[in-house]
Amino acid sequence: MKHTISVLVENEFGVLSRISGLFSGRGFNIESLSVAPTIDSALSRMTLVTRGDDQILEQITKQLNKLISTIKVVDFTDGEYIERELALIKVATDAESRAEALRIVDIFRAKVIDVTPKSYTIEITGAPAKINGILELLRPMGIKEVVRSGPVVIGRGAKGVVG
Amino acid sequence: MGLTGSQILLESLTLEGVDTVFGYPGGAVINIYDDLYESSINHVLTRHEQAAVHAADGYARCTGKVGVAIATSGPGATNTVTGIATAYMDSIPMVVITGQVPTPLIGNDAFQEADMCGITRPCTKHNFLVKDIRDLAKTIKEAFYIARTGRPGPVLIDLPKDIQVATHKFSYPDKVNLRGYKPTYSGNIRQIEKAAKMILAARKPVLYVGGGITLSGADDVLLKLAEQTQIPVTTTLMAMAAFPQRHPLALGMLGMHGTFSANMSVTECDLLIAVGSRFDDRVTGRIDSFAEKAKVIHVDIDPTSIGKNVGVDLPIVGDLKDVLGKLQGCLGKKAELVEDLVEATKEWRTMIDEWKERHPMTYRSSKSVIKPQYVIEKISELSDENAIVTTEVGQHQMWAAQFFTFRQPKTFLTSGGLGTMGFGLPSALGAQVAYPDRQVIDISGDGSFQMNSQELATLVQYNLPVKIVILNNNYLGMVRQWQQMFFEKRYSQTVMELPIDFIKLAEAYGATGLQATKVDDVESTIKQALEIPGPVLMNFKVSREENVLPMVPAGKAIHEMVLAS
Ligand SMILES: Cc1ncc(C[n+]2csc(CCOP(=O)(O)OP(=O)(O)O)c2C)c(N)n1
Ligand SMILES: [Mg+2]
Repeated sequence: MKHTISVLVENEFGVLSRISGLFSGRGFNIESLSVAPTIDSALSRMTLVTRGDDQILEQITKQLNKLISTIKVVDFTDGEYIERELALIKVATDAESRAEALRIVDIFRAKVIDVTPKSYTIEITGAPAKINGILELLRPMGIKEVVRSGPVVIGRGAKGVVG
Repeated sequence: MGLTGSQILLESLTLEGVDTVFGYPGGAVINIYDDLYESSINHVLTRHEQAAVHAADGYARCTGKVGVAIATSGPGATNTVTGIATAYMDSIPMVVITGQVPTPLIGNDAFQEADMCGITRPCTKHNFLVKDIRDLAKTIKEAFYIARTGRPGPVLIDLPKDIQVATHKFSYPDKVNLRGYKPTYSGNIRQIEKAAKMILAARKPVLYVGGGITLSGADDVLLKLAEQTQIPVTTTLMAMAAFPQRHPLALGMLGMHGTFSANMSVTECDLLIAVGSRFDDRVTGRIDSFAEKAKVIHVDIDPTSIGKNVGVDLPIVGDLKDVLGKLQGCLGKKAELVEDLVEATKEWRTMIDEWKERHPMTYRSSKSVIKPQYVIEKISELSDENAIVTTEVGQHQMWAAQFFTFRQPKTFLTSGGLGTMGFGLPSALGAQVAYPDRQVIDISGDGSFQMNSQELATLVQYNLPVKIVILNNNYLGMVRQWQQMFFEKRYSQTVMELPIDFIKLAEAYGATGLQATKVDDVESTIKQALEIPGPVLMNFKVSREENVLPMVPAGKAIHEMVLAS
């Protein structure tokens, strides 16, 4: 089963390698990972997506917690949360397909952020499924490049996850 | 007025109560060594950095203090890795200080540069690269704190040369504040009450005890709990000395080379109480048959150990001393029920005694050739009550665990988790430095001994009277045994074709060498060695193709043992 986990870590030298090394060293799967400092610049927040059965997930969260640099681990899977991912997509266009491309961009509330005679670069945010959706529709035109940020998540409601 | 980084290091070590360090100098630590020249800290110069770390490890295992080792950058530092990994697998408190190239050169492939934080990340509890002199004292404080608290482990401090010479005002913090590191010491009382209930309801309970018991200093509490409840105790390799092996409740070691009674007890029990043990594959054999009929209580300070390999009915996270103490308290309040338990489990103990009698730990003795097991029995018999035994890795290690009657905690130092050949001699060295007046005996194989034999020099230089026992079968015996049993006796690269004259080797270093080739020589050789005041190497020519039995073949359940005939 897929799990989305937030990890609050000390924003210090080598911390990313501690986390990624833990996953590779113990054979845990890692589908995506995004990292950036939080409002407290001494902390970084990682969001990672992983897969595994309950026993593996229990090990993953325990092992993450065990790292000295880890301050908090939250597995969002069981609760209510909002998930967003950013994608930048470069799609090939010609006279024939430009109107169709714009229609798709419109439907998905995406944005064209760069234009050349032969291409559009599209920015889209949303749940990963939405990004998969637009990619599916753009694919016939010829996708030249895709950059996805990997999802970030935040819990619903008034309570925040802090260190 | 400030101190230099290297002075801050030594001052901090002193404040941490460190009086002895093991190490080896080089360019990137030359400033530290210059300050050591007139320091009150005792430095032991080993002949290899791996040995320095094993020595610090041995020192830590027998004292419970944090062991400290120092090495230079690059090759000196990479030489420490096996030692660090050994300590990590067995949760030994240790701080290793490595020199590093000056900070402006880091990442430049500078002379003798190695990324030690990168290399040791998976085999340290934590590691630090000190990039600013202002962080140094705080880093050392944190390193010692992390090494000795919670589930202990090795911590590496990588100290660039420019930080060693920079100066800063010295003030040693009296507290650490690590918001990501708060080990749980106190066991949850409700869980402990549940455990007491499960124990009182059990009819076939067994205590399965691992190295954590000694790390927590809970050996005494364990003994009291076992006696209070009359629950039999099986110990892992790491815990053989944690429970007096001549006690009627002692079942000996369990697992691949465990006793018949221990493995049968675990297979048949209805309650397995795992304390400070981690269900290692060498213990469990085929995992789905391990303690199949039992409810499992698992007590450990490290939550990741619980539920990792085996499902647990009742997890308790906490320091064993705290948890077992509280458990004893709970049971103490129910004296009558405990009496009932003792009565109701009588049959179980009778059954176990029958297993013990039917298949005791045994071997076929001989009058014509020295049996390695016999040598161990004799050493056990002739050595002091508080003698410290270390081992290398191989058949001799298993025979030591099987045939030495351990009597006091912290007297059996062996590389359990990593299984490091070459551990025994340097760890004996470290133990002898810690206890100059106790007997320290390294039980060794002819193969393993050659992995750190250079430490004979250290023994002689510091007059450390370690007694080395080589059970010489002229084989990498443990591997040979597997080749015999599972590879049709194809002894690929396990015959030690060059017979070494170990006596001459010992003498070359200025130690004493003794040889025993006949059964009748065994006792006198050991006695003689124990009387000689300096280091002695005893070379016992033992029966060459002896096997370690019982044995659970890989992939089998632990009750499917090949037994000694
Ligand atoms: C550093 C290291 N290399 C290889 C091994 C694999 N190994 C385990 S036991 C063993 C043989 C040890 O031979 P010896 O020291 O003579 O002991 P014996 O088994 O003969 O008693 C080997 C090679 C190991 N455990 N450690
Ligand atoms: Mg051998």
